[in-house]
This record gives sequence, structure tokens and C-alpha cells, in this order.
Amino acid sequence: MNVSLKVWRQDGPAAAGEFTMYEATDISSEMSFLEMLDVVNEELIARGEVPIEFDHDCREGICGMCSLMIDGIPHGPQRSTATCQLHMRKFKDGAVITVEPWRAAGFPIVRDLVVDRSAFDRIIEAGGFISVATGSAPEANLIPVPREAAEAAMDAASCIGCGACVAACPNGAAQLFTAAKITQLNLLPQGQPERWSRTVNMVDTMEEYFGSCTNIGECASACPQDISLDFIALMNRDYARGMVRQRRLTGQRS
Amino acid sequence: MTLDSKVPEGALADKWEGYRFDMKLVAPTNRRKFKIIVIGTGLAGGSAAATLGELGYDVDVFTYHDSPRRAHSIAAQGGINAAKNYRGDGDSIFRLFYDTIKGGDYRSREANVYRLAEVSNEIIDQCTAQGVPFGREYGGLLDNRSFGGVQVSRTFYARGQTGQQLQLGVYSALARQVGLGSVKLHTRAEMLEVVLKTGQAVGVVVRDLTTGEISTHSAHAVVLATGGYSNAYYLSTNAMACNGTAVWRAYRKGAQFANASFTQIHPTCIPASDEFQSKLTLMSESLRNDGRIWVPEKAEDPRPAGQIPDAERDYYLERRYPSFGNLVPRDVASRAAKQQIDQNKGVGPLHNGVYLDFHDSIERLGRDVIEARYGNLFEMYQRITDENPYETPMRIYPAPHYTMGGLWVDYELMTTVPGLYSIGEANFSDHGANRLGASALMQGLADGYFVLPYTIANYLAGYLNTDPVSTDDPVFHEAEREVTDRLNRFLGINGSRSVDWFHRELGKILIEHCGMARNASGLEKALSEIPALREEFYQDVRVLGENETLNQSLEKAGRVADFFEMGELMCRDALHREESCGGHFREEYQTEDGEALRRDEEFAHVASWEWTGTDTEPNLHKEELEFENVELTTRSYK
Ligand SMILES: Cc1cc2nc3c(=O)[nH]c(=O)nc-3n(C[C@H](O)[C@H](O)[C@H](O)COP(=O)(O)OP(=O)(O)OC[C@H]3O[C@@H](n4cnc5c(N)ncnc54)[C@H](O)[C@@H]3O)c2cc1C
Repeated sequence: MNVSLKVWRQDGPAAAGEFTMYEATDISSEMSFLEMLDVVNEELIARGEVPIEFDHDCREGICGMCSLMIDGIPHGPQRSTATCQLHMRKFKDGAVITVEPWRAAGFPIVRDLVVDRSAFDRIIEAGGFISVATGSAPEANLIPVPREAAEAAMDAASCIGCGACVAACPNGAAQLFTAAKITQLNLLPQGQPERWSRTVNMVDTMEEYFGSCTNIGECASACPQDISLDFIALMNRDYARGMVRQRRLTGQRS
Repeated sequence: MTLDSKVPEGALADKWEGYRFDMKLVAPTNRRKFKIIVIGTGLAGGSAAATLGELGYDVDVFTYHDSPRRAHSIAAQGGINAAKNYRGDGDSIFRLFYDTIKGGDYRSREANVYRLAEVSNEIIDQCTAQGVPFGREYGGLLDNRSFGGVQVSRTFYARGQTGQQLQLGVYSALARQVGLGSVKLHTRAEMLEVVLKTGQAVGVVVRDLTTGEISTHSAHAVVLATGGYSNAYYLSTNAMACNGTAVWRAYRKGAQFANASFTQIHPTCIPASDEFQSKLTLMSESLRNDGRIWVPEKAEDPRPAGQIPDAERDYYLERRYPSFGNLVPRDVASRAAKQQIDQNKGVGPLHNGVYLDFHDSIERLGRDVIEARYGNLFEMYQRITDENPYETPMRIYPAPHYTMGGLWVDYELMTTVPGLYSIGEANFSDHGANRLGASALMQGLADGYFVLPYTIANYLAGYLNTDPVSTDDPVFHEAEREVTDRLNRFLGINGSRSVDWFHRELGKILIEHCGMARNASGLEKALSEIPALREEFYQDVRVLGENETLNQSLEKAGRVADFFEMGELMCRDALHREESCGGHFREEYQTEDGEALRRDEEFAHVASWEWTGTDTEPNLHKEELEFENVELTTRSYK
């Protein structure tokens, strides 16, 4: 099959970018989208043109490294699928496909289709953990966890940190990512001691880098792991309670 | 030089405790005076950096990923072993130790493996406390599943995403230390050289992948936790960026490389669909519990699976190994599949697969049961191949997956270069000639959380109140210049072929001659083809763009350049080992019925190689393996 690609090229963070057209000819419909880009890059190299930079690694949909806005949709047209798991058979022969980087204030462009998602790390550093020194953990089966809680925590924990939620959001908000981590830990007995401080610190850090949530819900429909919007509700509840509790603990009763 | 494994005296079960009592300690208030560099944030590096930071050392950690969370460990599916014996099915530390030694076909060091089994239980405790959502039973306690090659249920799991959850646990522990300021995190930062002064590791040279800036960093000790090198084969189940540059640079500086040819080729991967296939996807080996493996009896049979009657199918594993059937260990299953394909019995459009058929299980157990067991795997298969495995049998083929070989390390996980450590898949590890399922995650976390943070103190204690070598020292300038020269060399060649082209060609040579079956003439052929291809690479590779920006071709060029040399060592090691053991099958050494023939008298040793130059043969050093607690037997799965 043949497709035409309209690809965002940008030399560096400060450079102006623009779309450039490329043809992908005679490609197999069995290829993944990224393998198609590999072929385009091989041709660019053969012609002496600098290849297109794009992020990718595991190509199994789990590392969260790949990104790409494909025809305006994060990770492209197939629902619940990361770009690396998208195959060319999902496109029509002769299609013109627009390929852009994630567009969000929180994710500055590094080059071409590559963006900087390190703000996510800052959110996790603010509280996305349970403080347990190596070697100090109690015997694992001392703390039974209701299976339902463990399963719900796992649903939240399956977030791959790709940033599609932010890219999909008209406000560039990171609520879904942040809520997934907070909820995973807040649902488990092990996560209770730091529950309130964790929630407040992570939400406050998130606000430093990302836009505000106005309950549109685009994030969940773009999520390759189907992380649920319910987690945002749980996070908001814990945030409100956390603010009150923290103030009480520091003596400012409200 | 003689290799000193530094295995402590005493009974097997007392060695680790004895070591910890005898070792030198660094007092809590003195720890911040020691600078430690950790390269890699996978399970091994991430857990080590977090723990060292928590202990109070001054830690710098580097990863070429954009976030520590993305290390290749994240892709592990099946699970992690521990000797908890929660099932009450007779498991114990000794049994986990025994299974690992036997599974590795008696080519690993007893004392290290025993320690691994000993700390396995603490790993589960640690991860659970961190909030890793392991699978649980209705009573709220942890669940287990069983894995190939053993007779107990000791594998802990988090759906089919165990690696992801363990990696995120490690990442959270590391993030906590970064937030507290005890660990400094450098992302998109690739280590390109290890720096030595008077034979000791004193630092590293790093390239910032977004700006091309080269920087030097010094420390009292350097830890390499940079993963495996299966990508030398080009097509493997590893993530695209996995590479051997860090360990290879260390090798060229004097760290010996052990058992380079011990690679694991995993039997259940989705076969390639075309020449531009960039990587192979693993399907969990648990599928072999209910799927039956077969090929058409007749070579080049053009009929679709459904039209081949049962009598004209060859269920070759069930036929050859009646007692284990489809559940033989990975190496045996992979080799058998290759033999079928070599006889032109391969199936699928490219005739490069064998069938894994669930028809009988679906009939026996019902579709619901199969869906409950393997639903997400079937979905993944369909997403990739567009075929429905409930209706047509899956096609599978073996793919390079894991490297048991790596930097030689002693009991303290130190390489032959003082002050340079290696942990996780990067070292030659505890898995001998074959790794059991669910044991790599265990080893990475054992090394990083529970072994290295102790053993490193024994070295550091001798350097109290000494400053790390200054980065103004000529050794750093020299190393930096080497790195810059190499990068400029790649950019300056301006030949006609891409880096990927060379990588694919190298992969073809390696899989053909140093893959599932090896023989002397093939290995010798590879040993003449690889240097020729390497020559051509340095003449004709085309790396466009510049050093001062993100440039993925430039990154790849350095990695592939090192893969050439590594591939040579893999072949040389395979040629040296005139026996068959675990994943290493030398066609000249097999029993009458085609099974692996081990030669314990001559080869019960670790083959450790010392670099002597790019175009000269490396020196071989042998660490003889002594087995005091297990008896060497022949594996039989008939
Ligand atoms: C598909 C798949 C499934 C698997 N499933 C299982 C399983 O179920 N159970 C099991 O036990 N094992 C499994 N394994 C094996 C296991 O996942 C790996 O062996 C293990 O995760 C390796 O961990 P590591 O920390 O040693 O290395 P990695 O996780 O590979 O981490 C390497 C780190 O080093 C960094 N790095 C490398 N080189 C450099 C450099 N030069 N400069 C800077 N940074 C560098 C990388 O950025 C990364 O952070 C599986 C493997 C694969 C491929």
C-alpha cells in the first residue's frame, strides 16, 4: 500500500517547526506504524536527508515511550492502543496521514516528534511512593489486601506514563496520569500513612506544570490503557480531605 | 591473572551471613563522603541507586531513557520467583537454589545462586510494602502461579505486567530519593566510556542525548546495571534501544567478559512478518500449558491449518518428549522448532513459524476458560497478526530474549576492575547456561536491593577521607577525547548505507551461526564475516545530522559498532565451548537421539575473556566451578 505523510519537523526546542510531506510507497499492511516510519527514515537516509526523530522503545505498548498525534488523535485511530501497536492495516491505501508531536505546554518539543515529559517525573518525586526503606518491610502476607482493592489498584497502576491524556486535553491537564498513581497507592492499606500528604503534594506539583481540569474527559478516551475517569474523582475527594487534614495537623483548625 | 571469586568460607547456608559479619562497614555519618555512579535505572540499577541514596551515599544515576520508569524491565510479563512456600508444596530456599543450578545446566556458581534464593523472600516483602499490586486470592493473601521447568508454584505476578509493576515500584523508590536530594538523576544521558586510573574505576564519560554535550563524572565506585545484549541479533524480544555499549566499553578497559555465547532463545514469539520487522514480540510461555505445538507432517504443505487432518500433523514435542510434552524447557522447545523449519515444515506466509494450537483445549475446557486464562495474550496476538487464535492456531517461532553471559563478577558483584561493579542482566549472572522463567526479575532486584548495597561498602571503607579523582585529571580528558573522536568518526564517514542496514546484516550472521544450534565451521565462518562487515561499516556507514542535537542515528551507530565486536566474542566463546549445555547447543556434541551432551570434565568452568585489542584474540581465563552441594545430573525430559 501507499500513504502520504504530513510530518512535523522541528530542529530544536527554540526553532520554528513546519510540516513536510513524505511518501511511504509500497509498504506492507502488516507493518506497524512505527515500522512504516522506519522505512521512510531509511529512504531519507538514502537520499541524504536527516531522518525523522521519534520516541519509541519496547514496541509492545508497555514502556510508554512512543507518542505521536496521528490525524489529530493521540496514538492514532485505534482505541486502547499505543502507537507502537498500531498497524498499517488500519489505514486506507492512498491515505494522507498527519503526524505531529504531543502538543502541550507541559511537554516542550525537543526535536521533530520528540517531546520532554520529565514534568511527570517531578509529580512522582513529590509523593508517588510509599516510604519504606530497603529491608524494613514486614512479611508480605501480614497485610491482607481485599482482592477487589488489589485489582482496582492494579487498574490504576497499569498507566504507562505516555502522556496521551495530556496531549488529548484541550487544557493540557495531567489529572488522569496523576490520579492513576495517587489512587493506586491510596487504595492499598500500605498507602494509608502518607495518603493525605501524598495527594496534596502531587496535585500541587501537577498544577505547577500542567493546565487545569474542566471535566471534558478526552483524556480517558485517548488512554491506551483505558485508565478510568473515576480515579480523577477519587483524587479530587482525597485532595479536598487532605487539605483539611493537613491544616488540622499543623494546628490551623478549619 | 587468576580469577578470584571471593566466595566466603563456610557451609553454603552460612556464607552470606558470615560475609556480612566479616565485611568492612561504612558508618552512617561517613557515607555522604562517598560518591557512587550508577548507570541504568532498570530493576537492578534503579533499586541499587534508591537503596544507596537511602543509606546516605552521594549517588548520581544515569539512563539513556527520558525517565527511569521506561527501562526495559518494564516489559517483563510472567512473574518473579521467591521461595516463600506459601502454597505449602515443598518449596524452600534450597529447592529454589537447586532448581536454578539445574535449570542453568550446572554452569553457575553455587554460592551466588544460594544467596539469590536466600534474599528472594525479602524482595517480595519489599515490593509488597511499596504498593506493588501483586495478584491476590479472595482471602487477601498473595497468589502464585507455576512456571516452566519446576514442580512448585513459586511465581508472584501482577496480571501479565509483572515487570511493569516491579519497575514502577523501583521507580517510585528512586523518585523518592531524587525528591529528597540524595540521588541526582540524569535522564537522556548515555554513558559512553568508563574512566580508569591506575587500574581502578574512577568515573564515566556521558553524552547528553538532546544537546550532544559530553561531560565527565568522577566517583569512588561505578556500578553498571545496563541490561542484556540480545539486540546483537538485531531481531529480539528486547526493547529497540537495549544495547551492550556500557559493558563493552568496560570490557575494553579491562573488565573481563564471561560466557558471552550463553544466550536464551525463547520459543514462543510471534514470527516476523516482513524484512522491515523491527523487533519480535514475546508471548508468555504459559501458553504452552494449554496449546499443542505442531507442524504439517509433509514438507511445504500449502494447506491452511484447518484442512490438515490430525493424522497428517506432527505434534513433535509430544512425540519426542512424551513425559514433558509441550512443557519442555525453553532451550529444548526452541531447538526442536528450528529443526522443523529447517526441514521446510514451517507455516505461515513466510514459512517461518510452527503452530501453537488451542483447538483441543477449547473443546475440552470451553472457550470461557481459555479466555479467562489467556484473554489478553490472545488479544495481543490478534492485534499484531490480525488472526483470531480462538479459530486459527497461533504461529510462533523462537527469538533471542535474554543473555546469561555478561561482565564477570565475583561474589561481591565487582568486575575484574577494582571499583567497577555490574548487576542485573549486565553481569554474567546466576543463571549458568540457561535461565529459568521468572528468575531475571528476581536477580535484578536481589542485586540492587539486597546484595550490592552491602558489598560495595567493603570496597569503599578502604577509601575513607580520600577525594574522588578530579575530572581535571588527564585520564578524564583522554577518555573524553576518545569519545568525541569516535562520534566524529561516525559522522565523518558519510558512506552509503544506514546503521540499521549493518545491524540487520550482523543479526543474520549471528542468528545463523551463533543462534539455537552452533558448530565449529559455522562459527569460524562468522568469525571471518563479522570483522569484514565491521570493516565495511567503518568505510560505508552513513550517519547524517550532527552531534549537537538529538540524533538517534548517531546513538545507534555507536551501539552497532560495539555489537560487531561483541558478536565476535560471542562466536569465539561458542567455539571454545566444545560441549552442549543449556542454551548453548554445539551440533558436534549431542547424544544419539539428538539431545545436548555436556562435558563436565573439560567444561565445568566459566569462560572469562580479557580484551587484548580490536584485531587480536582475547585471552581466556577459566573459573573452575565446584559443586559441593548438588550432584551433576543429565537433564532428561523424555
Ligand atoms: C519481553 C520480555 C519479557 C520478560 N519477562 C520476564 C519475566 O516474566 N520474568 C523474569 O524474571 N524476567 C523476564 N524477562 C527478563 C527481564 O525482564 C530482564 O532480564 C531484566 O528486567 C533486566 O533488568 P536490568 O535492570 O538488568 O536491565 P534493564 O531493565 O534493561 O535496564 C537497563 C538500564 O540501563 C540503562 N542503560 C543501558 N546502557 C546505558 C548507557 N550506556 N548509558 C546510560 N544508561 C544505560 C537503560 O536506560 C536502562 O535504564 C523478560 C524479558 C523480555 C525481553
